[in-house]
Amino acid sequence: MSKIKTRKGAPYARILGVGGYRPTRVVPNEVILETIDSSDEWIRSRSGIETRHWANDEETVAAMSIEASGKAIADAGIRAEQIGAVVVSTVSHFSQTPAVATEIADKLGTNQAAAFDISAGCAGFGYALTLAKGMVVDGSAEYVLVIGVERLSDLTDLEDRTTAFLFGDGAGAVIVGPSEEPHIGPTVWGSEGDKSDTIKQTVPWNEFRLGDVSQLPLDGKGNVKFPAITQEGQAVFRWAVFEMAKVAQQALDAAGITPDDLDVFIPHQANVRIIDSMVKTLKLPEHVTVARDIRTTGNTSAASIPLAMERLLATGEAKSGDTALVIGFGAGLVYAATVVTLP
Amino acid sequence: MAATQEEIVAGLADIVNEIAGIPVEDVQLDKSFTDDLDVDSLSMVEVVVAAEERFDVKIPDDDVKNLKTVGDATDYILKHQG
Ligand SMILES: CC(C)(COP(=O)(O)OP(=O)(O)OC[C@H]1O[C@@H](n2cnc3c(N)ncnc32)[C@H](O)[C@@H]1OP(=O)(O)O)[C@@H](O)C(=O)NCCC(=O)NCCS
Repeated sequence: MSKIKTRKGAPYARILGVGGYRPTRVVPNEVILETIDSSDEWIRSRSGIETRHWANDEETVAAMSIEASGKAIADAGIRAEQIGAVVVSTVSHFSQTPAVATEIADKLGTNQAAAFDISAGCAGFGYALTLAKGMVVDGSAEYVLVIGVERLSDLTDLEDRTTAFLFGDGAGAVIVGPSEEPHIGPTVWGSEGDKSDTIKQTVPWNEFRLGDVSQLPLDGKGNVKFPAITQEGQAVFRWAVFEMAKVAQQALDAAGITPDDLDVFIPHQANVRIIDSMVKTLKLPEHVTVARDIRTTGNTSAASIPLAMERLLATGEAKSGDTALVIGFGAGLVYAATVVTLP
Repeated sequence: MAATQEEIVAGLADIVNEIAGIPVEDVQLDKSFTDDLDVDSLSMVEVVVAAEERFDVKIPDDDVKNLKTVGDATDYILKHQG
């Protein structure tokens, strides 16, 4: 048997910079009320959402990613050529082949960085961060660009009153690079495929080419509806408040961090009521800053955690060096939680 | 040890107090969770999860919507507790 040489990377990894892009169009609840029977009061009290951003034609998945990445690269103080890998988490890039990551890597001016997309729904940021950490530590890349990006407005059925108000668009990016000290804790992650029906696409893409559209959902005008994300809201809510608080606690324990040591809590921005419930269950002390970016951003799936992170740092509510618990959870069902030092 | 009706109401009162901040004495058999106790559909999920833990019962999502009053929930728990 021949001996295979290996590479050695950095002793540890850390997040070195963060950037975000929010589409220019701000959509208030009033616009949502044009297509569903609801009220501003109901939407605010059940979800916390006041406004969200929806992308225009120019604000593509690639364009938003490039904007967010440019800021993350500048924030990290590196050059694009130093990036060895680009990992994009998205469920709303509609040209499945090739991966959007390759276009992003090229347009940013990386030096043929490895580039690929992953699909892990609202847990995508944590999944991609975990991959990035591994790449930095095993020497596959010195710097990894992690992007969470969604145009969920394209996958929203505006006539569905249980989801029309929830989703938003945007991109968040971080640079993960070498560190002498540990600044990203162990990831607690997993999947519960037995609950795959609780959040899903209404109709798989291939149903559209089978000719018989009579079985497909129609809109008010009799046209076939584009696929949208549908969910069993109560079941997802129950799972999130009950099971995800446990996962968040496990991530704290795995990192050896107590709620008292924690500065910031950045859960996936799915619903302010889920966030409030988790804060209660985890018994987070008053001094912990809690991200509630959902109010003005909606649920942006894989983009929500880096977007919320960027906003907390930009407003000064959180600062570089703070210890933050991040947890993502969603369609799959999948989840990923870890403790990080903020860039 | 199965809980008595009285113990269940007292337990639900604690839970509703914790989740919605309603005084425990207001939580009575004839009270509607949504109309009288300020427990909306999402708080109700939290109440149910807490009750499941406290009384060792399983209350599936489909049954939750039938639990309109404290009395409904108490009867359900009495019947299904482990
Ligand atoms: C979507 C969500 C806010 C809906 O809330 P809910 O309480 O479960 O809503 P329900 O469908 O059970 O409806 C409860 C009541 O509100 C009404 N309702 C539903 N949607 C409404 C709307 N948009 N406006 C006004 N009323 C509405 C229903 O008719 C029902 O009324 P009734 O009790 O008089 O019959 C909530 O389930 C949720 O956020 N779940 C988690 C979803 C999530 O985070 N998904 C993403 C994870 S990545």
